[in-house]
Amino acid sequence: MSERMDDWPLWEVFVRARRGLSHVHVGSLHAADAEHALRNARDLYTRRQEGVSVWVVPAARITASAPEEKGAFFDPADDKVYRHPTFYTVPEGVEHL
Amino acid sequence: MQDEAGHGLYLYSAAETLGADRAELLDLLHQGRQRYSSIFNYPTLNWADVGAIGWLVDGAAITNQVPLCRCSYGPYARAMVRICKEESFHQRQGFEILHVLAHGTSAQRAMAQNAVDRWYWPSLMMFGPPDAESAHSEQSMAYKIKRFSNDDLRQRFVDMIVPQADALGLTLPDPDLRWNAERGHYDFGPIDWAEFKQVLKGNGPCNRQRLAHRRAAHAEGAWVREAARAHAAKRAAREEREGSAA
Repeated sequence: MSERMDDWPLWEVFVRARRGLSHVHVGSLHAADAEHALRNARDLYTRRQEGVSVWVVPAARITASAPEEKGAFFDPADDKVYRHPTFYTVPEGVEHL
Repeated sequence: MQDEAGHGLYLYSAAETLGADRAELLDLLHQGRQRYSSIFNYPTLNWADVGAIGWLVDGAAITNQVPLCRCSYGPYARAMVRICKEESFHQRQGFEILHVLAHGTSAQRAMAQNAVDRWYWPSLMMFGPPDAESAHSEQSMAYKIKRFSNDDLRQRFVDMIVPQADALGLTLPDPDLRWNAERGHYDFGPIDWAEFKQVLKGNGPCNRQRLAHRRAAHAEGAWVREAARAHAAKRAAREEREGSAA
């Protein structure tokens, strides 16, 4: 059997620090399978009670937008500044708006 | 130990975001073609060394790495944030170990002083060669990977540890160490760069032993890696069988 680490795929690790917060990407690791990845993630990223929940996701299964195309990819929002509440003017003295 | 192994893993992960292959990096290390910190080539003799390493070596690492938390490459910077938090625990643990020994029996005190005497100069060397002779500094500074020069960080470290040594009641083995009011820094004596170069070349006190041990540990772990692969394959096959049966 080959001795290459690439037989152990790369997993991205997400940790929820505590209830009420979402999972946040904390890093990556290599592991043979999901269960192994979860245990390694616990040992690598939560040695000091950093989390109450861990997700591991095979890095190869993540579909990402291309950094070099970020201009074109995100431009639909470029001419829609009216989506921000500060775009609108409100008469002086109107509250809770 | 888990922390230190973890620091290696964070940094390997950061390197992988640049397209490096983990197995190739390990091969390079095992073949002696990739450097690791010069400090690991010095012997650790006794418990006081654990204290001196925590205080001085991890203290030097923190001095070096805190600015890296704000360096220009995100994955590296984020790894450094975690590393610094954990190193600061090691530094304080080391300080406490030395403090207990320094206030113990005269034999314990001598042990603490001896460890500090041995680790002081190698920890100053951890910051790398003087700025004028540093091969990679210029590029790393230009890329903002490195934010302060080797000599600046070394000075910052000396300024930090002198009062800490006083608090321990231990001395630092440098007769030239004194406060320079004009500069607002401690002056310190010349560093033995010939020794540093020998260590980098592989001729330090423990280079061969350390590398041999690393290779042996990797080889002896082969069965674990193989077992994990076999287990994963078996599990995947079972899940596939159960999936197709359903």
